Amino acid sequence: MARLPLRVLALLYLLLLLVLPVVLVAWRTFEHGVGAFVDALSTPNAIHAFAVTGSVAVWSVLANTLFGVGMAVLLVRHRFPGKRIVNALIDLPLAVSPVVVGLALILVYGRFAPVGGWLERHGLQVIFSLPGMVLATIFVSLPLVVRAIVPVLEELGEDQEQAAHTLGASRWQTFRRITLPGIRGALGYGVVLCLARALGEYGAVAVVSGRQVGQTQTATLFVEERYQNFDTGSAFAVATVLALAAVLILLVTKLLRRKEVL
Amino acid sequence: MTALPLARRREFRLGTGLGLGTAVLYLSLIVLIPLAAVVWRSTDGGWGGFWTAVNRPDSWSALKLTVLASAVVALVNMVMGTIIAWVLVRDSFPGKSIVDALIDLPFALPTIVAGLVLLSLYGTSSPLPVNLAYTRVSVGVALLFVTLPFVVRTVQPVLLELDRDMEQAAYSLGAAPATTFRRIILPNLAPAMISGAGLAFTRAIAEYGATNLLTGSIPLKTQVAAVNIVGRIESDDPTGAAAVSTLLLAIAFVVLLGLDLVQRRSARHG
Repeated sequence: MARLPLRVLALLYLLLLLVLPVVLVAWRTFEHGVGAFVDALSTPNAIHAFAVTGSVAVWSVLANTLFGVGMAVLLVRHRFPGKRIVNALIDLPLAVSPVVVGLALILVYGRFAPVGGWLERHGLQVIFSLPGMVLATIFVSLPLVVRAIVPVLEELGEDQEQAAHTLGASRWQTFRRITLPGIRGALGYGVVLCLARALGEYGAVAVVSGRQVGQTQTATLFVEERYQNFDTGSAFAVATVLALAAVLILLVTKLLRRKEVL
Repeated sequence: MTALPLARRREFRLGTGLGLGTAVLYLSLIVLIPLAAVVWRSTDGGWGGFWTAVNRPDSWSALKLTVLASAVVALVNMVMGTIIAWVLVRDSFPGKSIVDALIDLPFALPTIVAGLVLLSLYGTSSPLPVNLAYTRVSVGVALLFVTLPFVVRTVQPVLLELDRDMEQAAYSLGAAPATTFRRIILPNLAPAMISGAGLAFTRAIAEYGATNLLTGSIPLKTQVAAVNIVGRIESDDPTGAAAVSTLLLAIAFVVLLGLDLVQRRSARHG
């Protein structure tokens, strides 16, 4: 086959679509030196936005990890009626637009919805506050941990677990000593993917947060709001931090995958 | 499975029931009930109400643009993704592993950052003599960026596994490279190309963050469906937003169902 033209075409496409834009943002960020970059990041609103992103990420990753491990064990190790349906439903969030996720949560947990109204009367505001943002982030990243663990759990098989069981280990002991070490790599991979999604989520969080500056504004919402207000310096600075986090996460997933293969 | 000891089976039944109940409740509260609420809300005014809501000029234009742009983007991805996968598998050049790692960047990068990144190169303050900002082309560019990995990552493993004996046989029997590609390689890659393009399509119709900045989201011109939905939520029209959302969900559902069929067929014939 015509090797060189194809190579040039592929690389040119990647250069124009991927590499040049990213490099340009990094260059724009550090155009006025590292000092300006640090200044842009240390405004109260920027710090607050990172803090909000951090707490949303921690809660949603925690929830998805617990659910992911539990669900994966149920799907692989147990038989129950309706298993195929549950299995298909887990992937549903991947087909839903983040914006629709936001709308869906508002329709159930909003102030004027029955459930949301009841919760609010009992002192828990979900929409336009942190719980709603956590729910939205859990929704969009729900399948990631499950899907990372299921194939590894299938591969591992049940022999060791059954052996532990016959030797008198309790279910918890079996899980902690046998199952968990076996799925550690996959679990790490799933958690890291989930973290990336949680840090970067924009659409779903934009809809349920109400975008209140200094209150429910996450780092991604901060980028958009600052850009729209012509404060490109702050927008680029926070965007660069988010991009660096993404690159770091990408490297970690590559490492985890490589370990898996070996 | 039936050979499990009796005691173990009984113990599992209780544990399974409890765990399953919790998991299904969690799934219902976060995913199923809210999504059902969207569909339910969209038919608030019956089917007539649904169509009136979807038929509003701005929403209808946004839906048309979204589906059209996503279809074009899926096709471009199908060609370029396959070429990139081909280069990554069959070619060798210095820095190939870095290029390979770069492919996943659009998945890891927050979509709003992707939007900003594209805006800086293709927007009004671009160092290049191009300005795509606020044009319909910019919708396509934004969608191409976020969907880049799909076809590459579905075709790549198939290409790696592909037996080269068939190709070599075709060559030695005098087939031209183009013929070999069309008759031998393409049929093997087609299922992966289609499923990659289908996934790219479903991702593209859902996209919000990346298109928002670069396209300016001008109603009737560059506004995509997701942006239209947000507009209708913010102007206190949840029923209209739900109607557009339901249509978007239905399109995604049909495409995914089609992909499932393609995969089953190729599994049967493969």
